[in-house]
Amino acid sequence: MIQSFVLPYTAVLSARFRMILQYRAAAIAGFVTQIGWGAIRVMAMEAFYRSTNAPQPMNLEDVVTYVWLGQALLGLLPWNPDTEVRTMVRSGTVAYELVRPVNLYAYWFSRSLAFRIAPTLMRSIPLALLALLFFGMQPPASPEALVVWLAATLGAVLLSTALTVILTITLMWTISGEGVALLVSPVIYILAGMVIPLPLFPDWAQFALEILPFRGICDAPFRLYMGHIPITEAWTVLLHQLIWIIVLVAFGAWLLSKATRRLVIQGG
Amino acid sequence: MPVPHILVENIVKTFRIAQRRSGLWGAFQGVLRREYRTIKALDRVSFELAQGELVGYIGPNGAGKSTTVKVLSGILVPDSGRCEVDGRVPWRNRIANAANIGVVFGQRTQLWWDLPVIESFDLLRDIYRIGSGEYERARDELAALMDLEPLYDIPVRQLSLGQRMRCDLAAALLHAPSVLFLDEPTIGLDAVSKLAVRDFIKRLNRERGVTVVLTTHDMDDIEALCERVMVIGHGSILSDSTLDDLRARVTRERRLIIDLLDDGQAIEDPDVDFISRSGNRVHLQFDPDRVQTAALISRITAKYAIKDLYVENPPIEEIISRLYDEHELR
Repeated sequence: MIQSFVLPYTAVLSARFRMILQYRAAAIAGFVTQIGWGAIRVMAMEAFYRSTNAPQPMNLEDVVTYVWLGQALLGLLPWNPDTEVRTMVRSGTVAYELVRPVNLYAYWFSRSLAFRIAPTLMRSIPLALLALLFFGMQPPASPEALVVWLAATLGAVLLSTALTVILTITLMWTISGEGVALLVSPVIYILAGMVIPLPLFPDWAQFALEILPFRGICDAPFRLYMGHIPITEAWTVLLHQLIWIIVLVAFGAWLLSKATRRLVIQGG
Repeated sequence: MPVPHILVENIVKTFRIAQRRSGLWGAFQGVLRREYRTIKALDRVSFELAQGELVGYIGPNGAGKSTTVKVLSGILVPDSGRCEVDGRVPWRNRIANAANIGVVFGQRTQLWWDLPVIESFDLLRDIYRIGSGEYERARDELAALMDLEPLYDIPVRQLSLGQRMRCDLAAALLHAPSVLFLDEPTIGLDAVSKLAVRDFIKRLNRERGVTVVLTTHDMDDIEALCERVMVIGHGSILSDSTLDDLRARVTRERRLIIDLLDDGQAIEDPDVDFISRSGNRVHLQFDPDRVQTAALISRITAKYAIKDLYVENPPIEEIISRLYDEHELR
């Protein structure tokens, strides 16, 4: 019964997954780029730490691990709408999405889930191995830290997917989606901790960063991994993620129902 | 009177479209102040279809054909009016309605571009939650009718348009829908593929009683498939009748085509009008209400040396184009 209910969604997820896994060249290119970027970010951080004697909220070793985790899991950042839906909206094929006997929000969530996980999975494991062996990335602080990090990474995946679906739904208004990606991506990069680790932000910014959903995608799981957030506080991270997942899914579902009511299919 | 399978009553659908002014200055103005134009895509459209009917739905570009199909399939919500497909209001019961209808938009594919055909079919099986036994039966039957098996392993992007359309038709029918909406299914196809598609639609309608709404610009599709034809223009139904009635209403004229034995001759008769001549072949036109066809033919064959002769209805294109002219659709 339940199996038959979720079948359409798991089917579209696995199909998308298989399709993305075909793009090996893109994975290799991404892999190389991310190593390059990671090296630059690590060097910048080293220079920064060497130029000061003031005590910092994170030691350099942790920052290096933070940077490499970020490079490995870069694909999880919800910085653009689902490219497949984007192509469909542009060509008008999106009409077919509405004649399927499925809940459209759940259907698009499944697509986006694969869109976020598949490329990340291909790049993250080899990149993390390389960083662990040669570039100074540390293993998890403890077996417990590994477990809560994995749980928080699952939360990060769902959070990121919920945000991706919202970006995807905006295609119904903007058609191209490039503007949205341009506006959103720098904000997400900064607020998730991909430019500078969030603990290094000034104190006045900490309150807002704590509340906003974006730290749940990178910063908080990374700090669980390295023990920077103690195990005893792991539940606050997971609860923060859960609340935001519920809010963003509800908002996305509402937005999609608005969008389908005002639909204009491109090309008649 | 049985309940109609598809009921459409006074459907109105308007779109608000942002006006773009031309040129750089126009684009700049558009940023500051948008002007909107309201387009009435459907203006009180009404019709009924019985179970198992096959109706042709024709009209010039932008007349409202696709909009009607999209309302019936639950994609678009109309501003007002009533509509039921097999007892369901499409936009209110979108999911239940979707499980019961098949849709083909000829210009777009519903198959997964990068996957082999068979994987698209398997995906649709899961999306429509079709039992595996039913699925295999339906798939094999469709494959046999349209010779699809050799295409199974080819990625969709590598198919020719004709092959793709056959696969798209099958994709719309795997879940055995009782209603099929075909939006220009023969667009761009070569003659052989067109015939195959037509033949398939006909069989589907005759043998399985699937109700079919077919929009097309190809009048041969209409001649080959549809008893009933609805013509839409400016968002309203202009005509809804059998093809013969439509013909009779728009023009009573017949064509008389004569191949003369020697080409110097000119045919003159008070009841015929001359249309054109090429070599020995003369095209004439007459009104069968004014003169009996048999009488006219015997009069002409008695007077002139004739090799061959035949009587035709004016081509359907001309009928439709006259109907468009009547309603100033150009």
